[in-house]
Amino acid sequence: MTATHHDTTAPTTVGNNNAFVDAMVISWRNLKRIPRVPDQAMWGTVQPIMFVLLFAYVFGGAIPIGDSDDPMLYREFLMAGIFTQTMAFAVASASVGLADDMQKGLIDRFRSLPIARSAVIAGRVVGDLVFNAFIMLVMVLCALLVGWRWHNGVLNGLAAFGLLLLFAFAMLWIGAWIGMSVRSAEVAASAGLIWLFPVTFLSTAFVPMNNQPDWIKTVAEWNPFSSVVGACRELFGNPNPFVSDNLPSQHPVLLALIYVVLIIAIFAPLAVRKYMHAAGG
Amino acid sequence: MAAIEAHGLTKTFGKGKKQVRALDGLDLEVPDGGVLGLLGPNGAGKTTTVRILATLLTPDEGEARVLGHDAVAEPAVVRGLIGLSGQFSAIDENLTGRENLWMFGRLYGLDSTSAKARGVELLEMFELTDAADRVCKTYSGGMKRRLDLAGSLIAHPKVLFLDEPTTGLDPKARLDLWDIIRDRVESGVTVLLTTQYLEEADVLADSIAVIDHGRVIAEGSSDDLKSQVGGERIELVVHDPTQVTAAHELLTRSAEGEVEVDAHARKLTAPSRGGSSALVQVIRELDLAGVAIDDIGLRRPTLDDVFMSLTGHTVIEEQQVSEPAGRAS
Repeated sequence: MTATHHDTTAPTTVGNNNAFVDAMVISWRNLKRIPRVPDQAMWGTVQPIMFVLLFAYVFGGAIPIGDSDDPMLYREFLMAGIFTQTMAFAVASASVGLADDMQKGLIDRFRSLPIARSAVIAGRVVGDLVFNAFIMLVMVLCALLVGWRWHNGVLNGLAAFGLLLLFAFAMLWIGAWIGMSVRSAEVAASAGLIWLFPVTFLSTAFVPMNNQPDWIKTVAEWNPFSSVVGACRELFGNPNPFVSDNLPSQHPVLLALIYVVLIIAIFAPLAVRKYMHAAGG
Repeated sequence: MAAIEAHGLTKTFGKGKKQVRALDGLDLEVPDGGVLGLLGPNGAGKTTTVRILATLLTPDEGEARVLGHDAVAEPAVVRGLIGLSGQFSAIDENLTGRENLWMFGRLYGLDSTSAKARGVELLEMFELTDAADRVCKTYSGGMKRRLDLAGSLIAHPKVLFLDEPTTGLDPKARLDLWDIIRDRVESGVTVLLTTQYLEEADVLADSIAVIDHGRVIAEGSSDDLKSQVGGERIELVVHDPTQVTAAHELLTRSAEGEVEVDAHARKLTAPSRGGSSALVQVIRELDLAGVAIDDIGLRRPTLDDVFMSLTGHTVIEEQQVSEPAGRAS
């Protein structure tokens, strides 16, 4: 270290950023990391492909839709469920990423900077959303290969994909809240995912709710997850055997939107609050 | 007005039986342009103090001010004035050095071009230019710390908090970092530095506060503290147990105070002020008197000694007593 240091940049005014720029810088950072940890990105993509193939070929034919046990019909039915499930699993990427940042002392660093309170979490969520859009694309291609199609025109199809990404966006806030609440990335990985299994299976995602006990039917029907799945089936024009005449089965798109807004309204402030009071490593 | 002020800070963590009082009425002041070394063992409250002053933690009671701004009431203002470099190298290991500095520059409110330029400047200053485009995962511990420190200097902070900046570094990397910190101090930055190493506080700080159990128990220059501890000592081990008395008499004649004798270990400790020439003198006299020695040396006071003299227990005992659950982390 020599004594003659060039330290010429004039002192600058700091803290004149807006929340949007701060969040974009953080999401730039989160996206920049993805190709540098290629195994993480690879497993993140392999898992949904595996689900598509396993469900399509193992369950297709074994689970009748309506009166028909045509495996093609089941695949048409299934895909909205798999898409929604994969978007729900976005929870884990946000929770693991933030818990890791906290463990490594980065959250403390960010908190000592003159930036918007919401920037670090929002940056995480937006970065992960972009990555999930990529996964979505891979999955759609895979679904098209196994014979899935949408039948209601381009606009309705795009609306369904929009809804799926909106749902992922909402789930990412839950993931952010979990990530800021646990002590390590390892815990975040399981805490982020474990609760999603009952939520996704107690829904209309993978099996039609015809022969299950009444209480399961009720839970599945009002499950927000079912609403998103049902809304996608309706928009895609895929088979969507109604459970009942109740509101969730009749207006899945409306209800899905309400649920998504509710989740964001609850968990975005919770996650930011956790960030403000994070104990840090 | 002092650049950094803390008055009566208290902070308690946990509830019920697990409750830990991390800070118990801590006071400190660092004058503008000064360097205060906060010296203490693990769990003494050093990090908690820094985290409160850096707006990361709210104290239960008391007041924390940076350049006159209240860290609790005006956190946003304080964040714009300070740089913080923590115990961990808080950099993104999947970004390159250049990208890390650009990111922090943008977050400090620089536009993209200025952030880039400031990054180049800092990489140069911290001798990281050659590694600028490598992913930080590949950096050595010393390089990571340097980059971390560079990140905290982006906005030319007037106040710098360094929380154990060299813990875990090898001696060479530690010396490099000391140079950098001294450089900052010369440019007029006010620094609050925490450390477990007396030597580090000695080299970098112009004033030292020793803390234990969340309170400042001694304060002053490093010379003040050392004289409290008793300064330098000559320590020797006699080969033949029967010659301990002879060595004792000889040392008493030249020593600056009382000579301690551990007959069982054949060890004698004598306060001394003469440095290495006094040591040479003692060796010569022992040789003339025919006293054979196994080991002899000059011992400078360590943090252990400071603690021993101030609290009656050593740092090691302290850690064992106060951190029974330390293994779990």
